[in-house]
Amino acid sequence: MRLTGSQIVAEVLLDHSVDTVFGYPGGTALNIFDELYKYSDKIHHYLTAHEQGAAHAADGYARSTGKTGVVFATSGPGATNLVTGIATAFMDSIPLVAITANVPDNLIGRDAFQEISITGVTMPITKHNFFVNRIEDLEPALREAFQIANSGRKGPVLVDITKDVTADSIEYTSKAPYELRKNPQPDGEVVKKIAQLINEAERPVIYFGGGVAASDAGTELNRLIEKADIPATYTLMGAGVVGSDNPHSLGMLGMHGSISANRAVSQADLLVALGARFSDRVALNPAGFAKNAKRVQVDIDKSEIGKNVPVDEATICDVREFLHMLLPLIKEQKREAWAAQIQEWKESEKIVHYEGEGACQLHPDEIVLKACELTDKDTIYVTDVGQHQIWAAQYVKHEKTRRFITSGGLGTMGFGYGAAIGSQLGNPDKRVIHFTGDGSFHMNLNEACTAVSNNLPIITIIMNNSVLGMVYQWQTIFYGKRFSNTTPERKTDFVKLAEGFGAKGYRATTPEEFEDAMKKALQADGPVWIDCIISREERVLPMIPAGKNVEDMIID
Amino acid sequence: MYKPLKKEIVSVLVDNQANVLTRVVSMFGRRGFNIDSLTVSATNDPTLSRITIVFNATERSMQQIITQTEKLEVVKSICLLNRENALYRELLLIKVNNTDAQRTGIKEIVDVYRGKIVDLSRGSMIIELTGTPEKLDGFLDMMSTYDIVEVCRTGLTGIESSPDYR
Repeated sequence: MRLTGSQIVAEVLLDHSVDTVFGYPGGTALNIFDELYKYSDKIHHYLTAHEQGAAHAADGYARSTGKTGVVFATSGPGATNLVTGIATAFMDSIPLVAITANVPDNLIGRDAFQEISITGVTMPITKHNFFVNRIEDLEPALREAFQIANSGRKGPVLVDITKDVTADSIEYTSKAPYELRKNPQPDGEVVKKIAQLINEAERPVIYFGGGVAASDAGTELNRLIEKADIPATYTLMGAGVVGSDNPHSLGMLGMHGSISANRAVSQADLLVALGARFSDRVALNPAGFAKNAKRVQVDIDKSEIGKNVPVDEATICDVREFLHMLLPLIKEQKREAWAAQIQEWKESEKIVHYEGEGACQLHPDEIVLKACELTDKDTIYVTDVGQHQIWAAQYVKHEKTRRFITSGGLGTMGFGYGAAIGSQLGNPDKRVIHFTGDGSFHMNLNEACTAVSNNLPIITIIMNNSVLGMVYQWQTIFYGKRFSNTTPERKTDFVKLAEGFGAKGYRATTPEEFEDAMKKALQADGPVWIDCIISREERVLPMIPAGKNVEDMIID
Repeated sequence: MYKPLKKEIVSVLVDNQANVLTRVVSMFGRRGFNIDSLTVSATNDPTLSRITIVFNATERSMQQIITQTEKLEVVKSICLLNRENALYRELLLIKVNNTDAQRTGIKEIVDVYRGKIVDLSRGSMIIELTGTPEKLDGFLDMMSTYDIVEVCRTGLTGIESSPDYR
């Protein structure tokens, strides 16, 4: 069948079972959007307020469903507005296909209206990108985009199509997606050695990250933890794989990780890193990280092995395939002394409320814990970036994979609302709670119009301390309280603003008011914002300063 | 903690397509590697090109840039060349002013280095020389007493001489 380039875009999406896409139209994308109109019974395109919101929505959709996120934008500013969203997905290895239109090929390179070389711009933040200016290259480029985005370590791919190609036509036959590239296989000898190390270790710790979620290895990992009686700690990207009430869970590791996780890693005689990359927010001082331990790393990306911290044993493969090979070699045992030590550390953990001058009646942990208490285990928690993000990571009762959606690697303020919209559209039966701060929310709260238009019952919980809290905290501790540009004295009335958008807004200054607002929000059928007033002096604790060790941890 | 910097040479086989050089070079740039020399050339397969890059690196950072470059979609293979198992050549063109009296002296040096005088006029000459970078450096050192007007070097290209390279 002879199809136009725009029809081919739609058909390739259908061949990849894509029924939900996000984006924003524009001049060069008119042909594509004309087809999206005709295909609207099969592919639902969700219009956002801004292309960045669309990119975050596609990302949130991918993170919460495990499918590939797809985002459309027009040339020039439409394409450049995607950049932060693509970079966010790149840093967290999220499969995303971004499709941009460009000016017609005869205008390329002439600084035409809304012309930008988006393939040049996105080169360092995509796994690969394609510039398509010939109709015969279009179908293979789109198919490869899906293949590359999902093979090995996942990530974003961009396909830029000139407008003339979207109108040109060529023969097309529907076919199955390209098979994913074969993963490297675990090295049997290394797996045996790792099994032996685990069996013989006295104080082993598992440290896992986003790779475990990406390879759906949660079941296998939990089996290993139980069988070998090993405590496990996770990065921000690994939250949810091991249930929060599992006694083996040490909580999060790193800069704002738990006391028990950081102490366990520093005292461990064996550290098994699974799908994690020893980032500078985990291995704050790479030379001192797990320095008493033999270190083992399993990752699908060869370039991650030993990148930040040298390791003693490593195998390059999918974590799930590794665990399948490892589990039969693991001796069932109990490590009572180690468990007792960890229990002692856990008991030393405490929640610190700010009670000094300017204290408020509502505290961050009360907000998060109450929100969890009032919602079920399938709830998806989405965050922006900053103090509220870490409070959410620390206090949310993580129960399942793909239920904690947060920008880890890039740390993108403004990620949350778009991602919450994508998560809600990908999971219409689940509750979506969006934790944000007044700083992050101001960046992309314009997406409220998207949530309202689509009647999405997302509950946005604003931890409002009237300052840019995380930077304010660093300025408090390390910069002599010189609050440079973190105390904006904004007068935004979030309740009125919510109403202005056609959403509902509540304000809470006490735990009782918050509970009341949450209960009302849970009954609403559209978006609700709850403006929670907290003190600007609340700190994210514990904290290990950048470049320091567990001994330097600030506890209260 | 790290071994000192040393000059490394990698040979990268890539898809012969637009932007491929940018993709490879930008990977070196954004990972903080300064490229000393770079050549891109056709291979016997018209769909592939070869990029030869000379750069400074520590042992660990060298492994890192190799594995990062290997991940690029356009990269078919990458290998580290070393002195024992590869041959390298570089081409040098040099323009020198000279008087009649100097000409014989220059010619002697050129002959020792097995170079060629490819252009000669009354006041100046252009010399062509091929060889390893060390040989070219040595030649330039010998010529430094003369009035050198311009020096052009192509950068290095290399090929493995035995099948059991790393």
